[in-house]
Amino acid sequence: MTKPKIAFYWCASCGGCEEAVVDLGEGLLTVVELVEVAFWPVALDFKREDVEALEDGELAAAFINGAVRTSEQEEMARLLRRKSAAVVAFGSCAILGGVPGLANLYEGRDILDLVYHQVPSVDNGDGTLPAPESRVAEGELTLPAFDATVRTLDQVIGVDYYLPGCPPPAGLIASAVTALVEGKLPARGAVLAPDVALCSECPRAATKPDKLLVRAFRRPHQMLIDPELCLLAQGLVCLGPATRAGCAAACPGGNMPCTGCMGPTSSVVDYGAKALSAMASLLDADGEDEVAARVAEIVDPVGTFYRYSLPASLLHRRVRPAARDEKEEVAP
Amino acid sequence: MSENHFQPKIVAFFCTWCTYTAADLTGISRLAYAPNVRVIRLMCSGRLDPQFVLAAFRQGADGVLIGGCHPGDCHYQEGNYKARRRIELLRAVLRDLGIEDQRLRLEWISASEGEKVQRVCNEMTEELRRLGPLRLGRPQREAAELAGETR
Repeated sequence: MTKPKIAFYWCASCGGCEEAVVDLGEGLLTVVELVEVAFWPVALDFKREDVEALEDGELAAAFINGAVRTSEQEEMARLLRRKSAAVVAFGSCAILGGVPGLANLYEGRDILDLVYHQVPSVDNGDGTLPAPESRVAEGELTLPAFDATVRTLDQVIGVDYYLPGCPPPAGLIASAVTALVEGKLPARGAVLAPDVALCSECPRAATKPDKLLVRAFRRPHQMLIDPELCLLAQGLVCLGPATRAGCAAACPGGNMPCTGCMGPTSSVVDYGAKALSAMASLLDADGEDEVAARVAEIVDPVGTFYRYSLPASLLHRRVRPAARDEKEEVAP
Repeated sequence: MSENHFQPKIVAFFCTWCTYTAADLTGISRLAYAPNVRVIRLMCSGRLDPQFVLAAFRQGADGVLIGGCHPGDCHYQEGNYKARRRIELLRAVLRDLGIEDQRLRLEWISASEGEKVQRVCNEMTEELRRLGPLRLGRPQREAAELAGETR
């Protein structure tokens, strides 16, 4: 029997998801025994032509990490969709937009202007900006176009499974690959992680008071964090109550509050709205001024509640100054 | 459409005990108010999930109005305080996402304040008319359209 073929690809991401695959350690050798890796640009020397040469649907699965920001990422996502029986959105960025999705707070044009013109360490005398096409003496040069908006993978192509986390925990990756090889994957559309809140597996759960009341929000650097006590009871913005389990509460276990990378459970549409609702409900503040003071303690509310999920949210992005087509490319 | 003829859409969430009853009183008292407000009755302003507000904006609302009992008067003791905390935190998020404060309004309106429903609805309609429509972009394709697509 021929081994099922799989592909790994990265779009707008940091490389941490690739690292997570490597973190399988010796487990990776088991994976390679069970499947044939047909495409993995970060680790193996395959080219786009190798993917194009495959039959449609020949890949058993493509694991795609990263959000979609450029025309190249979109093309590769579409190509892999065509060649794969199953597409797995791998990690927070592919599923929710991730940290790169916070770029949706800005206009694409302003991002290029900042990076290529304003950063003090940049020496760009001609004010050159990357352009999809540029004419030089040697001929025409091309670059992928930079989209106006960061999108999630499932806003670009159909996605069959979601493997959440920043990056996905090794245990979840291993069980997903095993289920794939054994043909035991659940119904399409499933998130390959438990569908309960993180608090259920938090080592601090027993110390969570029956009635949580937060008198003031504090940030990790402003205090010595008690290593045993529920982080919410210490006034930290821990998003565990609004976040899906599956990571064994790695951050609370490491004395840091949950920032929500596993995303919401299936009962929630908009992660950030639910997370802020959970935090607001815990506040011990009734009067207008008190409430305003507590709200002011949340530095960067969008970055706090939508750290991994702005593109997947109901609003998708900051409202653009004038109504423009979302797909508009940023030309210089 | 010129700005003067712009008819803003306002989705209002009124609690059944105070503001919704007040809105009934507005009608019984034959007090006319702007027809731009679509009222949804909740048992309590504390039932308002911030997701409702975002869903209203996403589906075309130019503003969202929430009406609850005055502080101290909540039928369920403290639902209106919960609403206040959630809405103020949501407002902080919306501000950073480019949605003006005037598009999200919280008012305490008791069952006897029929004329306040009239005044608030009229005021908010005028304010949003000046502000203009809320134009939300969409990513090129919505996830739901693609869910069944395999090739």
